[in-house]
Amino acid sequence: MSVEIKKRNPIEQFAQSAENVINKNTNSAIRAIQEQAKSDLQNSQFPTLKTEEWKYTNLNKFLANEFVHTSALDKVELKKSEIDALVFDSFESHVLVVVNGVFNKELSSFSEVSNKVTVSTISEAIIGNDEEVKKYFSKISINNSVFDFLNLSNFVDGLYINIPANVIIEKPFQIININGGTVEKSFSSSRNLIIAGKHSQSTFVQKSVGLEGNLYFNNISSEFVVAENCILNFYNVELDNDDSFHIEKTDVLQKRDSQFNHFNFTFGGKLVRNDVNTKLSDENIECTLNGLYIANDNQHFDNSTFIDHAKPHSTSHELYKGILDDNSRGVFSGKILVAKDAQLTNAYQNNNTILLSDSAKIDSKPQLEIYADDVKCTHGATVGQLDESALFYILSRGIPKEKAKSMLITAFAENVVAELKIDKLKDEINHLIFEHLNRDEVV
Amino acid sequence: MITIKNLKAEIDSKEILRGLNLQVNAGEVHAIMGPNGSGKSTLANVLTGHDNYEVTSGEVTFNGKDLLSLDPEDRAREGLFLGFQYPVEIPGVSNAVFLQTAINEIRKYNKQEEITPKEFLAKMKEKAKVVGMDSSLISRSVNTGFSGGEKKKNEIFQLLMLDPKLAILDETDSGLDIDALRVVSQGVNEFRNKNNAVILVTHYQRLLDYIVPDFIHVLYKGEIIKSGGKELAHELEEKGYDWITKGDK
Repeated sequence: MSVEIKKRNPIEQFAQSAENVINKNTNSAIRAIQEQAKSDLQNSQFPTLKTEEWKYTNLNKFLANEFVHTSALDKVELKKSEIDALVFDSFESHVLVVVNGVFNKELSSFSEVSNKVTVSTISEAIIGNDEEVKKYFSKISINNSVFDFLNLSNFVDGLYINIPANVIIEKPFQIININGGTVEKSFSSSRNLIIAGKHSQSTFVQKSVGLEGNLYFNNISSEFVVAENCILNFYNVELDNDDSFHIEKTDVLQKRDSQFNHFNFTFGGKLVRNDVNTKLSDENIECTLNGLYIANDNQHFDNSTFIDHAKPHSTSHELYKGILDDNSRGVFSGKILVAKDAQLTNAYQNNNTILLSDSAKIDSKPQLEIYADDVKCTHGATVGQLDESALFYILSRGIPKEKAKSMLITAFAENVVAELKIDKLKDEINHLIFEHLNRDEVV
Repeated sequence: MITIKNLKAEIDSKEILRGLNLQVNAGEVHAIMGPNGSGKSTLANVLTGHDNYEVTSGEVTFNGKDLLSLDPEDRAREGLFLGFQYPVEIPGVSNAVFLQTAINEIRKYNKQEEITPKEFLAKMKEKAKVVGMDSSLISRSVNTGFSGGEKKKNEIFQLLMLDPKLAILDETDSGLDIDALRVVSQGVNEFRNKNNAVILVTHYQRLLDYIVPDFIHVLYKGEIIKSGGKELAHELEEKGYDWITKGDK
């Protein structure tokens, strides 16, 4: 007896869905970019554990799924009231709604800033001949890999934000990235292109959430241009469904005297991989890449950062903290490159982990490549358990165990959360910490 | 208040308490003295419910309840307080949040209403004054970066804030200079009334000049080998422990 096994090829499937996306696209400039990305995708392979950058993250469980591009499925219709239930509402914000990778203006509300800032879809900007979009779109991304090609060839319509020079945006933008809601296993590619002009100041909160339905693959790619003397904060809150996949890449080009602060808060998702790459292309730049993740059950969170110090007198700070329970797994790899020219660079990196169970695991991999001789670069990694004596001290004052634990964990997370520029978001994050720690009890 | 009968306890399979008996009534202050390694701190930790210690036999009744069957947090809610020998630093948790949570958990357990923020603040100010604690310490993280003396004062501050029925003070006087000792003692004396009780675990007779006990017990090798009134302290001061323990050798 012989059984014919047709071997599924995930690359070909994603290339096939890209072809469908490209065929529907009427803009020749975007089509050309996506055609190229599709052919690059077909010439790539998904990483295995032998791939250095993916050494600790096995993609087999991800690749075992047959995902359908959401553009080939019935459109998920949402009402404004449903959006209201998904946003952080404890602070005021300009809400930008992205549903399965497509920026939805009708559901968004940013009229207060629409005369100061360009907010549109990426194709609108390309059709409108926006010079900066042409210059930067899909060009900031460095170290292109299979997921870059997958995203670029499969994106339908992303979000483009351009903040002109000298514009200060007081309230934060809140990008609600909504996923799933389909009967089939679905995937979509979201793209953000954010160009912040000279001396501008802005803050973004991106919140990824999942709708009820089958599991999904949330694939986000964000590109940032942070111009001279500009301050940009980006707070990424990942609350995907627990059975779903989230693979996100962030590429940043920082110019002279600029400040970029990026935070990843990961609570949801079965497998989450975040790549944040910043290029410090000039002098006197500050860059902060922080993260906090709480995982339980079989969640697997992988954070990978790369800071490219190209010129002298810049500073980077990195602090990633994790709390891992049950059989969960965390990965942190932080690469810092200091070019020969980048004298007087300061680079600080830290990764601290608390393991709440014997079977939770963290792999921490600092990677410093330093070619300049007058620099200050430090890195540290700690792994520990909850301080038993502190726990007993709190219990002995009448505070129950679950509250005592979350007090200690909130305290552990404190120096990451404290740096957020939105006070109410700190409360939201602390609440998410408490909820995530006690979710067995809450459910 | 508390009755301890034939209490035996061990740590890492090593027996420390070997049949201890003690009865403390409301309104009384008992001092437990003894040389190093006699089991004083073990007694304090066993009563508070530290899980490093294993009780192998005996019983402890606290206001009619079987104390040993309660979790540490429930012992506190029933009105037991331990002043730690080594207060723990908890970076990131402010004294104020810590105490407000504790007070409300205790109140909730006893079916009382939560303390209002206003009441809480007023009480904090009042009690901080008693122990001469700077108000900036209150907003700081619990014991973090405190000097030894500040940590001990903070224990007494917590004692006054939580107002338990029974306070066990484990070497609260160790390492204090005379000024701090006076302040700490004053706090304890302020706490004392006819409805509560104090067990002072101490090394030094000096503390008993400031907090006058009703009874003194000498703990040696896990048992109380001598009990007496406050005058016993002076005898111990003069003659040392050998006077009582030499028959043992």
